[in-house]
Amino acid sequence: MTGALEIDIEKHLGGFSLAAQFSARASGVTALFGRSGSGKTSIINALAGLLKPDRGRIAIGDEILFDAARRIDVPPEKRRLGYVFQEGRLFPHYSVRGNLLYGRRHGGGAVSFDQIVTLLGLEALLARRPADLSGGEKQRVAIGRALLADSRLLLMDEPLAALDGARKAEIMPFLGRLRDELAVPIVYVSHAMDEVMQLADTLVLVSDGRVAATGGVEELTSRIDLRPLTGRYEAGAVIRTVLRGHDQTYGLSELAFPGGRLRVPHVALPLGSVLRVRIQARDVVLALAPPVGLSIRNAFAGRIVEIAPEADSLVDLRLDIGTPAEPVMLWARVTKRALAELRLELGSPVHALVKTVALARPSPGRPAAAPEESEAS
Amino acid sequence: MLTPLESEALALSLRVGLVSVIFSLPLGLLVAWLLVRRRFPGREILNGLVHLPLVLPPVVVGFTLLILFGRNGPVGAWLYEVFGVTFAFDWKGAALASAVMAFPLMVRAMRLSLEGVDTRLEAAARTLGANRMRVFATVTLPLMLPGILTGAILGFARSISEFGATITFVSNIPGATRTLPLALYSLTQVPGGDHAAWRLCIISVVVAMAALLASELIARRLDRRIKGVA
Repeated sequence: MTGALEIDIEKHLGGFSLAAQFSARASGVTALFGRSGSGKTSIINALAGLLKPDRGRIAIGDEILFDAARRIDVPPEKRRLGYVFQEGRLFPHYSVRGNLLYGRRHGGGAVSFDQIVTLLGLEALLARRPADLSGGEKQRVAIGRALLADSRLLLMDEPLAALDGARKAEIMPFLGRLRDELAVPIVYVSHAMDEVMQLADTLVLVSDGRVAATGGVEELTSRIDLRPLTGRYEAGAVIRTVLRGHDQTYGLSELAFPGGRLRVPHVALPLGSVLRVRIQARDVVLALAPPVGLSIRNAFAGRIVEIAPEADSLVDLRLDIGTPAEPVMLWARVTKRALAELRLELGSPVHALVKTVALARPSPGRPAAAPEESEAS
Repeated sequence: MLTPLESEALALSLRVGLVSVIFSLPLGLLVAWLLVRRRFPGREILNGLVHLPLVLPPVVVGFTLLILFGRNGPVGAWLYEVFGVTFAFDWKGAALASAVMAFPLMVRAMRLSLEGVDTRLEAAARTLGANRMRVFATVTLPLMLPGILTGAILGFARSISEFGATITFVSNIPGATRTLPLALYSLTQVPGGDHAAWRLCIISVVVAMAALLASELIARRLDRRIKGVA
């Protein structure tokens, strides 16, 4: 699908007021991220036509779905936006097959029934009733049902929130496959940073009924001013890397980014895969000189570009460990005392030692763009 | 086994009950839907009107019907002129009286089941491309089916036991308006009719009990089928 998703709406709901405005490319995964009650769900309900804004406009490309001034309000059934709800909302009186086919229009859409059944692994479930499905199975059926309704865009409202850790891990790969194999644009609502980091290309930060910022995942997570919204305790940077090599002897893989290579436990993916990694601020140690005689293998030279107080005794430092052409932001959380004793200030050269790297599985969809060979450390 | 008088009364009762249910079912569904899903001025008044027969003396209902639907009544005269239909002193009048008296029970059952239908499922259906009519036919109606059935059977049971409104509206004419309860009443008014009256009592109990049991059974089975619990 071409065109951008444009939303500019206002809605009063009891004591809560929503005034959300953002536009995003209607391709890949756009995540609406924010705390519970921040208005994320209201935004996609308005997008789906289930909640009528008091004022404003909603459009996808040239097509206007809602325009209060021009009295346009396309009914939900005509919007062709598949919706995967948090609680699945399967029809209890239909079988799994009946649920999947409910929204199937004459002639079918771009994807075939068999393709979806295979993609989501639903073959064995078709004759069952929703009451006999596990939470994870229900969610898979709900995703298939939304896809088969010839949807041009998939709305997902915390589809994993009602599932436990194991079920989440079961669904996550399917979501990745939707994005990569079917190329369906997805608007994904979540309050879990790990899900967003694994899936999203674009991040829309929602807070108190307002859109605080819109941008790339790496960009927004590296901004210190957005730290209260992107997660204080889990604060960290997201870095885009390319899988460049495997070290058979030690069972390691090398992930390249502009400015260096991260060595991580073996990643079973083809060379050239794009991966997002998340490095939390509390997992970064700073040194003034290149480290010698330490067990930490991931160390990168950089300089301090921002200093922001975090709590009483802590500060968050933003470091640039990239190249002059392509900066790469990393955060480090240190004590104020360390800051003073090491005489760290803006522009100070430092070495960042990374203790732990959280890998997000195959990330922003597309294969590695331009080769990024030269920056091996 | 049954005397001609008994089978005549029973057949008439069953016909009155069936016709009253068949005609009041769609109206009951509409009223239930209005009361549950719509907010409009006069909603409380509609609610009160529907429930009125439950608390009024049946004679009041019968008398009101007589005034409105009698051959010279405003509605009755019009119906006769336009459709050639007469309610007064006819089994159709008995069916009308029964329907009015049974209406509250029927609406209550359907209302309860409609309140139990998750509107979020309906919203989901709309995002899947179904318009309001299709959502009603494929989601709302099937999910409220147990309630509709219970309502119909309760309405039927109530209809065949209707007495006060019927006798006031259409009188007690053998073969025309003398349903089971009316026949029973007639027997209690003649000396030596006790034995025959008892027989009618038992027939009434059997019919009513069968209807109640059927309602329970069918509702439970439907509920299981719809919810898909094995």
